[in-house]
Amino acid sequence: MSGGAAKIVARLDNATLAFGERIVLKDCSLDIVDGAITCIIGLSGAGKSTILRLLDGLILPQSGHVYVLGNDLCHMKEERINEVRRKISLSFQFAALLDSLTVGENVALPLRERTHLSRAEIQSTVTDALDSVGLAHAYDDLPNELSGGMLKRAGFARAIVTRPELILYDEPTTGLDPIVTNLITETILKLRAKFGGTAVVISHDLPSIFAMSDYIAMLFEGAIIAYDTAERIRNSSNPIVQQFLQGSETGPIPI
Amino acid sequence: MKVLDRVGQATNGFFDYAGGLALLTGESLGFLFRLRVRVEETVAQCALLGVQSLIIVLLTSLFTGMVISLESSQQAVAYGFSSFVGGAVAYGAVRELGPMLTAVVVAGRVGAAIAAELGSMVVTEQIEALRSMGLEPARFLVVPRLVALLIMLPLLTIFADVVSILGGAWIAQTYAHIPYADFMSSVRQAIDFSDILKGLLKTFVFATIIAMVGAYQGLSTRGGAAGVGKATTFSVVLAIILIFMSNFVLSFLLFGSS
Repeated sequence: MSGGAAKIVARLDNATLAFGERIVLKDCSLDIVDGAITCIIGLSGAGKSTILRLLDGLILPQSGHVYVLGNDLCHMKEERINEVRRKISLSFQFAALLDSLTVGENVALPLRERTHLSRAEIQSTVTDALDSVGLAHAYDDLPNELSGGMLKRAGFARAIVTRPELILYDEPTTGLDPIVTNLITETILKLRAKFGGTAVVISHDLPSIFAMSDYIAMLFEGAIIAYDTAERIRNSSNPIVQQFLQGSETGPIPI
Repeated sequence: MKVLDRVGQATNGFFDYAGGLALLTGESLGFLFRLRVRVEETVAQCALLGVQSLIIVLLTSLFTGMVISLESSQQAVAYGFSSFVGGAVAYGAVRELGPMLTAVVVAGRVGAAIAAELGSMVVTEQIEALRSMGLEPARFLVVPRLVALLIMLPLLTIFADVVSILGGAWIAQTYAHIPYADFMSSVRQAIDFSDILKGLLKTFVFATIIAMVGAYQGLSTRGGAAGVGKATTFSVVLAIILIFMSNFVLSFLLFGSS
């Protein structure tokens, strides 16, 4: 992996994971550079979301290691992994807000459960987080009253409200129109500028990926086959990367 | 070989299920004993799972008491034992039918609701979202429902016992002309406080069965909406079977020598 002398906040080290007979990741290694936005690209079903879940400790590899913020998640009990998770946030593809709570209550949930902040402090932090994603007006709305784009942004607000060191975005632009896709991309960049931290983004939307990425990793057949800065990936000589970026039916990727 | 394979798979499946259920129950009871209980959510669940089950529990127990009274008073009057009707109704209601019927009704209504709600949360990634926030689904979702049932099922059973006896007294009076005073006197002679306590003791076991089977089925849901449907149905069936089985064991242990 490249990355030079940059500080690494998370690392997959030869991780192998199979669901039953199906091998999803095979000796997969990837470094996540501190303070950067790293996008993971790859075919549908390639295992990109699985990498996010490994980095969040929701699943563990059958072999290899997952290091996050200096911790080897593979050798930790669930309670200790929970402590690491408190410095990480995962923004889900469909937001995964609790549908029995309002948007404000959803965003407040990690603060209410994991901190000793007063009600007033929580309300002010939540309002600030919702304001950052342009949803201050939706505080009392239920998740089923929001559009797809608003739901994703509400999910972002819940992800950033605890000021995590690492944010994982699972397909933040999938299924959205180009205008909302741009809005989401801008929101991710704005949140990074405002709150800092490191981000890993899974996406299929190439304009959005090149607009926000510092680094891009391509996952193919269970392994990272290319990893570099966004510009170098764009000009990569790897035929698999080029076929994917061009969306071509002909090339080494079997259709 | 295929037969052996199937037997092996079924055995594995059984132990996998039983182990998972036991682990979730242990984890939830662990949170409960350490008093890591979300009070607000527990109160809300008491209203949702308990108070809203009151009408259906009252109706089923009322008619159960009435039918026991109807059957027994016919025979009792014919053979001159009408003073035993109250005792027969109360004996059945307080020791067996009150706790068990209440549990079965609550399993049908509440166990299904728990499985469906948690199952829907699994398929919409809400459970995974809780875990990713470092929150334990057992503490966050299961414990409030378990505590709510541990509080509300005994209370519902007390209501069921009372209504069952009152329904029985009304039928005995109108159908067999047994005065209320005689009926109640027979009730007092047939049962004592320990019968009531032993009946209520059963409800703590039934409450644990309903909450944990519903929660485990919900949390192990796979396969979208169809999976939620299967989890819901299976949770009710399994909870009812376990209630009947445990009722036999508990009756044997509690009342076997009396």
